[in-house]
Amino acid sequence: MLAIKNLHVCIQDEKEQVKSILHGVDLTIHPGEVHAIMGPNGSGKSTFANVLAGRDQFQVTDGNVLFNDNDLLALQPEERAALGVFLAFQYPIEIPGVNNMYFLRTALNSLRKIKNLPPLDAMDFLALVKTKMREVQMDEKFLHRAVNEGFSGGEKKRNEVLQMLLLEPQLCILDETDSGLDVDALQAIAKGVNSLRDGKRSFIVVTHYQRLLDYIVPDVVHIMAKGKIIKSGDKSLALEIEEKGYGWLDS
Amino acid sequence: MTNQFIKEVVDKSYAYGFVTPIESDNFAPGLSEEVIRNISQRKNEPDFLLQWRLKAYQHWLTCKPPRWAHLHYPDIDYQKIIYYSAPKSKKNAPKNLSEVDPQLLETYKKLGIPLHEHEKLAGVAVDAVFDSVSVATTYKEKLKEAGVIFCSFSEAVQTHPELIQKYLGTVVPYRDNFFAALNSAVFSDGSFVYIPKGVRCPMELSTYFRINAANTGQFERTLIIADDHSYVSYLEGCTAPMRDENQLHAAVVELIALDNAQIKYSTVQNWYPGDEEGRGGIFNFVTKRGACRGKNSKISWTQIETGSAITWKYPSVILQGENSVGEFYSVALTNHRQQADTGTKMIHIGKNTRSTIISKGISAGHGQNTYRGLVRVLPTAHAARNFTQCDSLLLSSTCGAHTFPCMEIKNPTAKIEHEASTSKIGEDQLFYCRQRGLKEEDAVSMIVNGFCKQVFNELPMEFAVEAQKLLEVSLEGSVG
Repeated sequence: MLAIKNLHVCIQDEKEQVKSILHGVDLTIHPGEVHAIMGPNGSGKSTFANVLAGRDQFQVTDGNVLFNDNDLLALQPEERAALGVFLAFQYPIEIPGVNNMYFLRTALNSLRKIKNLPPLDAMDFLALVKTKMREVQMDEKFLHRAVNEGFSGGEKKRNEVLQMLLLEPQLCILDETDSGLDVDALQAIAKGVNSLRDGKRSFIVVTHYQRLLDYIVPDVVHIMAKGKIIKSGDKSLALEIEEKGYGWLDS
Repeated sequence: MTNQFIKEVVDKSYAYGFVTPIESDNFAPGLSEEVIRNISQRKNEPDFLLQWRLKAYQHWLTCKPPRWAHLHYPDIDYQKIIYYSAPKSKKNAPKNLSEVDPQLLETYKKLGIPLHEHEKLAGVAVDAVFDSVSVATTYKEKLKEAGVIFCSFSEAVQTHPELIQKYLGTVVPYRDNFFAALNSAVFSDGSFVYIPKGVRCPMELSTYFRINAANTGQFERTLIIADDHSYVSYLEGCTAPMRDENQLHAAVVELIALDNAQIKYSTVQNWYPGDEEGRGGIFNFVTKRGACRGKNSKISWTQIETGSAITWKYPSVILQGENSVGEFYSVALTNHRQQADTGTKMIHIGKNTRSTIISKGISAGHGQNTYRGLVRVLPTAHAARNFTQCDSLLLSSTCGAHTFPCMEIKNPTAKIEHEASTSKIGEDQLFYCRQRGLKEEDAVSMIVNGFCKQVFNELPMEFAVEAQKLLEVSLEGSVG
C-alpha cells in the first residue's frame, strides 16, 4: 500500500538556513497493518508524518513515496486526502467562526464529490455524525462550536478521531494523538481507531510512549532517531524502549 | 505556492464593469453657483432648498479637503467633474415602470436587481438611482397602504417639502465637512423614507446606486425618518463601470430615529475598485450619520465594503435619547491597491446609552485597511456603555492593517471595553482544511467567512448570502 524509499527532507528556517531533518527513511506498509513509530524528541517523527500529508514548508530533496501506485509526493494535500491519506494533527488547528458541523460536512462532501458520490444533506449527515460521536464519547454540543476553538486538548484529539471516522481514509497517520490525554480519553480514542481496523486500512501511529500501544496494538514498531529508522521489531520492542529508554540504541 | 494561490483568488475580475450605452443629458464639467441654480431649477425645487444649496456652496468654497486619513491619492480637480447626468427619457419622468427606458431595466437586470413588476425581488422594495437621478421605485403602492413613504429624494421634495425642510441637514449639517458641504450644494437625487408612528415597515427597503456616465460624480442624499415606535430595515448597494480614471462618489446619509424607533441600515458597497495596478476606481467619500433622538431608539449600521479605490466613511450614531442604542458592524476588504479608512463614531449624550462596534478588516495584495473609531461619552451620559472589537486579517505580506481607536470619556460611570486583534491567514489553517479534502480556494473562503461571521449575521437574510459571494469574488487570487 505504502512504499517509502530513501526519503530525504529538509526545512528552511527564518534565517534561510537549510536544516536536514530526514536522511534516508525506508518503510513499507501493507494493507491492514499498524506501524508504530517511536523515537526521542527531535528525531523527525512529526516531520515524517507531515511530509506524507503534503505540508509544503518541508522540502523533499530525495527519495520517493508510492501510495497504491500513486506518486504521493507529486500531489497536493487535498489530492492526497482524496486518495485516502489522513493525518490526525498533533496540534489540531482552530478556525474561529467556522461551525464544526459545517466544516465536517464540507470536508466529507468534498471527498464524496471526488468519488462521484452525491453529497449528504444536512439531515443524513447529522444522523451519521451523531453515531460517530458516540464512538469517541464526544458531546453533541461540539458540533455547534467553531472548529477546535476553545476545545480542551482532549476534545481536540477526539475531534480529530471523529473526522477520521467520518472520512474513512485508507491510511491513517496519528501524530502523537496520545499526548496530553487522560486515560479515559486515551481509551475512547483507541476504541475509535480500533473500530476502523478492518484488515485493509493501514495505520501509522507516531508516539513517544508505549502506553498508547497497549490499546492500539501494532504489527510493527520502528525506532526513529536523527532522521532515520534505526531499528524495527514487533510490539515487544516498544516495551523494551519503555524499560530502557532510547539511550542504549545509540551505542 | 500557497501565496501564489491566494494571489489568484484575490485577482478575480469585477463583474459589474460594463457601460450602458444610453443617451444622457449632461451638464458641462465644472462647479459654480450657476450649476447649482441649474440643478435646482431642473428639479423644480422650492426656494428654501436652493438657498440651502447656495449656503452650502459658499461654505464649501472656504473648506479644505481633509487630509488626516491614512489614504494616499492625488488632489481631485472639482472643475473637471460633471455634476449632473441623467438618462434621456422620452418623457420627463417615468410615471411607472412601463415608461422606464428598457435599456435601463436591462442594466439593472444584469446587476441582479430586476425592476420589472413580475420579477421584482420578493419582499424587497427597490429605488434604483442611475447617475444623478432615480429611475424607478418598486412596490410603491404596497408601501403606501402601510403609510410608508419611500421614493426618490426629488419626488419627496415635490410631495413632502415640509418633511424635507424639517429634517434635511439636521444630522449632517452642510458645515460638517468638506464632502458633506459639496454634497449639500450639488446633490442630485437619492432616496427618502418616512415610516409613520407605530408602523413596522412591511418589507426591506433598498436603494441601488449605479454610476454609468464617464467623468461624472455621484452625489446622492438619503434621508430616513423613523417616527415613534416604528421599524425599518434598509439596504444600499452600489456598482460602477470599469474605467481608467477615478470617479468621485460623495454621498450623505442621514437617519433619524424618534422615541422607541429602530432603523437598521445595511450597505453592500461594491463600487469599481480599480485594476490590479491601482488605475481607476471610485473615490468613495461618504458621510453617514444617524441620530437616536428619541428614548429607547436604536440605529444599527452594517456595512460590507469590498469596492472603491478609496473608501473614506465613518457611519456614526449620536445617542441623544435615554436608553438609546447604536451599533456598527463592518467588514472592509482591500485588495490590490485599494485603500480604506473606515470606522465609526459613537457619541453618547443621553443616560444609559449603549453602543457596540464590531469591525473586521481584511487586507490582501497591496491593500491598506484602516479602522478609525471614536467613542465619546459626554458628562450627561450617565452609565453609558460601549463595547468595541476590532480585528484585522492579513492575507499577504505586502498589505497593511492600521487601527486608530480614540476614546473621550467625560463621565466616570461609563463602562468602555476595547478588544483588538491582528492575524495573518494561517498556513496551518489552510493546510488543515486541505488535509481534510477542501480545495485551497474553498479553504480560504471558509476561513475568511468565519472571520466575518459576526458581521454577516447582522445582515438581512436575503443579503447575507450575496455578501458571502461578493467576498469570494473580491478575494479571488488574494492570499500571498
